[in-house]
Amino acid sequence: MFSGLFATYVVMAHNYAGGPTGKELFNLTDALMETMLLLFSSVAFGLGMVGMHKGNKRMLLAGLAAALLLGLGFVTMEALEFSHMISQGAGPQRSGFLSAFFTLVGTHGLHVSFGILWMVVMMGQIATKGLTGPVQARLVRLGMFWHFLDIVWICLFSIVYLMGVL
Amino acid sequence: MKSPLRSLLIMATCLCVLPLLGGCNEMVLFNPKGPIGESEKYIILISFVLMLIVVIPVIVMSIVFPLKYRESNTNAPYEPNWSYSRKLEIIMWAIPFVIVFILSAILWRETHRLDPYKPLESTAKPLNVEVVSLDWKWLFIYPEHNIAVVNQFVFPEKIPLSFKITSDTVMTSFFIPQLGSQIYAMAGMTTRLHLMADEQGEYTGQNQQFSGAGFPNMSFNAKATSQDAFDAWVRQVRQSPNRLDFARFTELRKPGVSESVIYYSSIEPGLFEHIVNQYNPMTRGSHDMGGAAHSGHGN
Amino acid sequence: MLGKLSLSSIPFHDHIVMGAVYGSLLAGLGVVVLITYFKKWPYLWKEWLTTVDHKKIGIMYIILAMVMLLRGFSDAIMMRAQQAMALGSNPGFLPPDHFNQVFSAHGTIMILFMAMPFLSGLMNIVVPQQIGARDVAFPFLNAVSLWLSTAGAMLVMVSLGVGEFSRAGWSGYTPLSGLAYSPDTGVDYWIWSLQISGAGTLLTGINFLATILKMRAPGMTLMRMPLFTWTAVFTNVLIIFAFPMLTVALALLTLDRYCGMHFFTNDMGGNTMMYINLFWTWGHPEVYIVILPAFGIFSEVVATFSRKKLFGYDSLVYATAAIMFLSFAVWVHHFFTMGTSASVNVFFGISTMLIAIPTGVKVFNWLFTMYRGRVRITTPLLWTLGFLSTFVIGGLTGVLLSMPPADYVLHNSMFLIAHFHNMLVPGVLFGFMAGYAYWFPKAFGFRLNETWGKLSFWFWLSGFYLAFIPLYILGFMGMPRRMQHYDNPAWQPYLIVAAIGTLLILLGIGCMVMQLLVSIRDRRANRDLTGDAWDGRTLEWLTASPPAVYNFAVIPVVEGLDAFWDMKQKGTAYLKPDRYEDIEMPRNNPYGLAVGVICFVFGFAMIWHIWWMAGVSFLGLIATVIARACDDNTHEIIPAAEVERIEGLRSQGMA
Repeated sequence: MFSGLFATYVVMAHNYAGGPTGKELFNLTDALMETMLLLFSSVAFGLGMVGMHKGNKRMLLAGLAAALLLGLGFVTMEALEFSHMISQGAGPQRSGFLSAFFTLVGTHGLHVSFGILWMVVMMGQIATKGLTGPVQARLVRLGMFWHFLDIVWICLFSIVYLMGVL
Repeated sequence: MKSPLRSLLIMATCLCVLPLLGGCNEMVLFNPKGPIGESEKYIILISFVLMLIVVIPVIVMSIVFPLKYRESNTNAPYEPNWSYSRKLEIIMWAIPFVIVFILSAILWRETHRLDPYKPLESTAKPLNVEVVSLDWKWLFIYPEHNIAVVNQFVFPEKIPLSFKITSDTVMTSFFIPQLGSQIYAMAGMTTRLHLMADEQGEYTGQNQQFSGAGFPNMSFNAKATSQDAFDAWVRQVRQSPNRLDFARFTELRKPGVSESVIYYSSIEPGLFEHIVNQYNPMTRGSHDMGGAAHSGHGN
Repeated sequence: MLGKLSLSSIPFHDHIVMGAVYGSLLAGLGVVVLITYFKKWPYLWKEWLTTVDHKKIGIMYIILAMVMLLRGFSDAIMMRAQQAMALGSNPGFLPPDHFNQVFSAHGTIMILFMAMPFLSGLMNIVVPQQIGARDVAFPFLNAVSLWLSTAGAMLVMVSLGVGEFSRAGWSGYTPLSGLAYSPDTGVDYWIWSLQISGAGTLLTGINFLATILKMRAPGMTLMRMPLFTWTAVFTNVLIIFAFPMLTVALALLTLDRYCGMHFFTNDMGGNTMMYINLFWTWGHPEVYIVILPAFGIFSEVVATFSRKKLFGYDSLVYATAAIMFLSFAVWVHHFFTMGTSASVNVFFGISTMLIAIPTGVKVFNWLFTMYRGRVRITTPLLWTLGFLSTFVIGGLTGVLLSMPPADYVLHNSMFLIAHFHNMLVPGVLFGFMAGYAYWFPKAFGFRLNETWGKLSFWFWLSGFYLAFIPLYILGFMGMPRRMQHYDNPAWQPYLIVAAIGTLLILLGIGCMVMQLLVSIRDRRANRDLTGDAWDGRTLEWLTASPPAVYNFAVIPVVEGLDAFWDMKQKGTAYLKPDRYEDIEMPRNNPYGLAVGVICFVFGFAMIWHIWWMAGVSFLGLIATVIARACDDNTHEIIPAAEVERIEGLRSQGMA
């Protein structure tokens, strides 16, 4: 699915329709900050999983909490970036390019939000049920999802932000 | 066994009837009136015959095998574990491969030769025509004569026609079956098409791509005349009291079904470019979108 | 409060539509009354609506497919009747407004709500049994898939009576399907029904790929898998790669329509061609998604009824794999006439033609499977023979269309319509009919009536030729597709013949209904107690008919191709084990049905812009998923004694 969105973005990356270009809109430092937040969130999740394999419930919960906070930070920054762009008149209705931008980045953001919700659910399960077999299996799946989002973001960062600015 | 016999009968009728009907005048694709249509007719026929090399044996085998090896025929040989034969495997991969190879060679040559964007080779000077598809009618602009016509296309025979085509509505497809190739008309873009009529006559032109409620009404009369008759026709159009300026065009582009022919004695300069560019005010300055039409396929 | 919905959305003035609506409502009401009268609700709830058993899910899929086949076919009759009438000043009985909905619905329904559920249903019933498994990898997701497909189909049905369906064709080309040219809710019905059922299909794809890769019986290596299972692998890979493209195309179209974005609009930097590319990068593989399993069915049927090993098994597997890979490299052949450069057209033209090679090889393999066999002419085999002889004609015309210069004159004509029906009707529908007749005794324990089945086949076959050969000729006569009326009198005779062909097919469908009724009436006489109704070759015939919930009391060990045939030859097929063991099976639960119902409500709310209802149902969906995610009590144990009792009953029946 992301491949389709990427393809669309690449095709439409120059359909500005007289509107602002990526160069004028993107703030590379902010994007870099977001990247860091997401990367460290992945690291924190990984540490939490180390805790799970050791049977250390505290470490697991702490890792998840850190990952969750960093993820929240990411989503907040992205939301701020979006609202800033829209307030400048560069909303998704402005041009084909901006439609593609908001959809691609927004879809990723939506996935991160779902990941956060999922994490909350899992923390609840750990707290009430402990580290049972099903809970551990679900955590492994969540982990794969979370790291996958990281990889998608890396692609996004390079294709959208770096290539947009350069 | 009545059943396989019956299917044999059906097959045989179909295969015989198809080519017989080929001579029929109503089969417009087999009755082309221009070089492009002529070539395309032969491509269809050659491919058809080549394919029969595979199709006929398959149909015969699909009837003979179950008949011969039916359960009640205990005289037929039975080899329940026979499931591989190197020789047969090679043959069954090789035959389709060879046919496809030959067809691919034809495809390669003919696709390049009959590329709709490629101008026709001719000593005569081509006639430039700009075509705009509207809801639900066709507008033909003759830039060299500074006239325009709705729902009728008149042109001299034996002169190459060079079309620039766009749409001021949804996607449509511009097609005069007896002359050959069709091409899509798309808003904000220009596609190209080159055709020619070898003889005088009236041919049906149509929209081949569904475009909404009035789609079936989007046919027009394409009339190939002598050069003299064409010149006379141009003079006649120039007598028309109508002039196609932006205001009148805005009126014309309103959706509606009308098959009546309208003549315009003169046109607003740059009307065609204006129609193309209205969709993309600042980017894509070049109006020839041949390149852009390709870019969508790169992924 | 109700968004765009109001009483005026119901087309009371249109008698044809209202007749269909009242008919459907009456039929639905009749079913409800019958169920209530016989007090079958608890049974229905416990055994069917909440089930996670792949066999029952499969049966429900096929019921859905059959119902939608009737709906899609009545659309076909209306189109043929309209075109047979509407010459010159005769407007026919369907105004453009209605006719355009009819052909859009026909295509959408036949591909997505007939062929797809049919194929999912057959995969569900057969694949786990063919690989010697007790269930699919994710039984619960399987139920979710079923109910999502049903929710999508129900949205299409609702569009009949509330509002209207899309008028932009089944492929929904932009910008015609965009807000500027289709402002009403028709396209939204189309979007949401596809999106919801598409999500279900994607889950099916993942589920069955995992099942086949992870849950095969010991000894069943990849190259010992029955061909139907192989084709299921390829189909599911295609689903996993292709369906997200449809999701994207539809999602972006949704954003255009709901949020005023500019992906596929004419203006503001939109790119209408992008949609067409995205659509066909799904759309072309989709054709192979529905046709490959049918190829698998033909392979099974032809080997079983020739009492012979499948000829060139390896060759068939590789040929199918080749088709799978090539199917992703041909999508541009749907629009050679869009102004693509000659080189691009050459590439896609040749890659399209290449598909003819493996397909031709497969046809020869099936033919040589019959060679030196003992061929039993039964209904499933008849469908296969009908397929072989008819499909090659479709292949021929397909190669014609793959020639870009030929396509320049044949594109979007009736020739194209004839071509793809010539592929899909024999290729897909005949295949599924063969599968239906072949596996029916497996699912229900009795055979279908052969006389009515054969009669149905002959009506279908002759009706097919009568309905579609004239369309080829009409293509040569320059008739475009999707004409609500026309002015060329030369076309009419052919359209009348085609309409008569459709009537013959109608008789064929009537015979199928009769076949089902007669077979149910005579079920005791046609009963099959062995579980092996056709002297089969593959593992699904080892289980009882209908199979026990766990399929296999003891997981079989596979020693070669045609595992069950092998066992029968060695006399090891029905050996009783020393002792039975406890079997762990997934527990029935209502979450799958709940997801389907909620998605239906969500889709309906989105179509009519009833935002509060969409929000509530979305939250409900999340709550359902979370509730399910916290449920640890998902399995139950069938004790060994119970297994022994069930197996004992079966042995008694066989003896």
